[in-house]
Amino acid sequence: MNRREFVFSGGALVVAFTWRRPAAAQAPTEAAPAGRTLATDEVDAFLAIGADGRVTIYSGKVDLGQGLRVAIPQMAAEELGCGVERIAFVEGDTALTPDQGPTAGSTGIMRGGVQIRQAAATAREALLDLAAARLARPRAELALVDGEVRATGGASLGIGELVGGRRLGVKLDPKAPLTNPARFRVIGKPLPRPDVAAKVAGTHRFVHDVVVAGMLHGAVVRPPAVGAKLVEVDEASVAAIGGVRVVRIRDFLGVVAAAEWDAMRAARALKARWSDGTGLVGDAGVRAWMKKGPPVDETLVKRGDAAAALAGAAKRIAAEYYWPMHSHASLGPSCAIADIREGEATIWSASQATHRFRGTIARLLGLARENVRVIYVDGAGCYGMNGHDDAAADAALLSRAVGKPVRVQWTREDELGWDPKGPPQLLALEGAVDDDGRIAAWRTRMWIPRATANLPSMPLLGPQAAGIEQVPGLSTGLISQNGNPPYAVANQEVVVHWLADAPLRPSNLRAPGKIANGFAVESFTDELAAVARQDALAFRLAGLGDPRGIEVVKRAAALIDWQARPSPGPGGVGRGIAYLHYKNNETYVAIAMEAEVDRRSGAIRVRRVGCAHDCGLVINPDGVRAQIEGSILQTLSRALFEEVKFDRARVTSVDFASYPLLRFPDVPRIAIDLVLRQHAPPLGAGEAAATPVAAALANAVYDAAGIRLRDVPFTRERVRAAFG
Amino acid sequence: MARITLTVNDRERALDVRDPGEPLLFVLRNQLGLTGAKYGCGVGQCGACTVLVDGEAVRSCLVPAGSAAGRAVTTVEHLGTAERPGPLQRAFIEQQAAQCGYCVPGMVMSAAALLRRNPRPTGDEVKRALDGNLCRCGTHQRIIDAVLLAAGTR
Ligand code: FES
Ligand code: FES
Repeated sequence: MNRREFVFSGGALVVAFTWRRPAAAQAPTEAAPAGRTLATDEVDAFLAIGADGRVTIYSGKVDLGQGLRVAIPQMAAEELGCGVERIAFVEGDTALTPDQGPTAGSTGIMRGGVQIRQAAATAREALLDLAAARLARPRAELALVDGEVRATGGASLGIGELVGGRRLGVKLDPKAPLTNPARFRVIGKPLPRPDVAAKVAGTHRFVHDVVVAGMLHGAVVRPPAVGAKLVEVDEASVAAIGGVRVVRIRDFLGVVAAAEWDAMRAARALKARWSDGTGLVGDAGVRAWMKKGPPVDETLVKRGDAAAALAGAAKRIAAEYYWPMHSHASLGPSCAIADIREGEATIWSASQATHRFRGTIARLLGLARENVRVIYVDGAGCYGMNGHDDAAADAALLSRAVGKPVRVQWTREDELGWDPKGPPQLLALEGAVDDDGRIAAWRTRMWIPRATANLPSMPLLGPQAAGIEQVPGLSTGLISQNGNPPYAVANQEVVVHWLADAPLRPSNLRAPGKIANGFAVESFTDELAAVARQDALAFRLAGLGDPRGIEVVKRAAALIDWQARPSPGPGGVGRGIAYLHYKNNETYVAIAMEAEVDRRSGAIRVRRVGCAHDCGLVINPDGVRAQIEGSILQTLSRALFEEVKFDRARVTSVDFASYPLLRFPDVPRIAIDLVLRQHAPPLGAGEAAATPVAAALANAVYDAAGIRLRDVPFTRERVRAAFG
Repeated sequence: MARITLTVNDRERALDVRDPGEPLLFVLRNQLGLTGAKYGCGVGQCGACTVLVDGEAVRSCLVPAGSAAGRAVTTVEHLGTAERPGPLQRAFIEQQAAQCGYCVPGMVMSAAALLRRNPRPTGDEVKRALDGNLCRCGTHQRIIDAVLLAAGTR
């Protein structure tokens, strides 16, 4: 049951499941086809050609809803001279796919797809060599088309016949020639994704829907306070439900039952006594806590002499920006199934990093890595490290305790309460404009938790409660990037005040750190433009040297019919713009936005959004558009509504009333202008468009109403308070 | 153990539930194998579990299975299949209106209920009808467009 294949056939989309024997037959070593290599320098690790001439791509990167399931086959198909309908796609299963690293940081296409494309190009060369020998024709007279090698003059040989079922046995050649973009047939086409039809029909299989033979249902009872110890459990409190087994491993407390509903209500009914927690700072105290540190300082950027230039400047301003903690808030609470027995583990998980998680599970359970198999199955949208791995560890602990496969379904309360959070960020900015209205000096100081170097995996909740040793540390992603202005500033400095801890367990969440940094830097750029009494667009263009940056800024402005004038405007509808060069070396993106503010209620209404986006080579333009739309709406949600609330004991925003998300009536019209650079390398599209959103919004609000919002979320209360 | 009889997708199904208060959602998913409806919050705040009961969109996580007896329950599976999608589903596919897709069955059912009572909704009416359905991936614009496309008002 471990292989899911998506078969493309003409216009119709067919989803085929290869549903092999469950559980017992799943000894990880047996299920992997004999002799298959997973070494990333071997073409056979990525690609197999069947006797029927069909191609299977094995991808370590997974489709989290972002469309790799069609985009990577497009890249391979281009090099193999066929269409995607010939290609099946197997992803994330640690027994079948090579380790291409986590599906994170917009690397799915940029690294994963690029590697597979190179493997496909190498395979094409190998097929042509083989065919030249078999057909006794010069290589130059052969071409690979639609699954056959064709010779000029007629002779042809199907690839199934040529190598069907056998290994190619060639090393991945990093120099194998790639198709000239002028001749692309598959790359650049907005092909439909193969999984959408089943998702719409309700038959797509999510990890939540997986049933393993003999599977029981588990739920974990978390303490009422973070760090609390379990004092006593009253097993009799769930006796009435019947058939419930209580599992206690030190402070880890769970229940296992035959039915999901029984496990859920038992977890709710189970009475337990806990000690006090270790004490949290509470959401209102985060800012002061961050300022207090004590931090370890690091200078990230130093050009000219920012301190002297600031000291000597006539027009100088300073401002502080705050980004709170956010939940991933995936729409389906985390879920996983684990089958732990006889020294072997099989995990069905929506982890963004199955290969890494394999090592984690092996360490936690004291198993050899070879005896652990993690099978990727889609989860609800994952935008970083959410609760998936925690839920899988919970399932593993429960399965080991009861000797049966166990499915763990977190509740909404578990998810919002205990998923690892996007870390808080505090930025203090100082800047000055000179008499010509240019930015003369700039200083960014940021207070952020420091990610632990070489942390093998984020510490997981279940094992921690169970007293299983884990490497302690923080996981955040690269959150210090893009703290510099993307404009020519002769005197600039970016300093980070690293904090050794975080108020709640952090993890990487979409475009880690860059959303908050972009919010601060691009809001402050607008503040400087206002000091200089300049149009925000002209002010940016005056400082921008990179032609690709200039192009997206101009195109984004055009999408909302930008009218040049200084801000604030005359009232009514305001407009704002923001620009980012993602990580300073990847995608270029600019967002322009129109918003209105209702003074009385404090409500902000976003009317329309224009985004110009240059991510280099575009594999599937419709997929890129979907990612941009998603990045914009998700970040609007975060900027307008979201903040994790917690008191001294625990997270208190544990439902969608206390942790509200953007709703349909809040949705603006979005226009997207994709800059196509098919001759350039691909740069990634899953995150960049999220980064200018909050600044463009704050700038539009300033233009509309003359109030400057520097604390996220822009709640109605905050807006009303800003009016004074 | 209580025996209840449900009419699901035009078929009568008799089943045993250990707790008559068990939400319809879990009975559909775990006993009838209809996993289109999804668990998102369990408290009526997200819409992922939406099904039709007597033609109205309801949150199946809030409906005790016992109380659905004698009423017509329609799930997303009844509207079509991946190979033969119904017209509303076809519009969703046409618009590629799914990222992770976890919210989508609930969206389709809320939209189906809207189109039953208002076959030609405006964009604002679609937004209002889907107000109780959350999407974390930000697929909203495509979902709105899909519903309008199905209604012929796009
Ligand atoms: S699961 Fe029913 S509304 Fe969320
Ligand atoms: S598509 Fe993922 S939640 Fe809507």
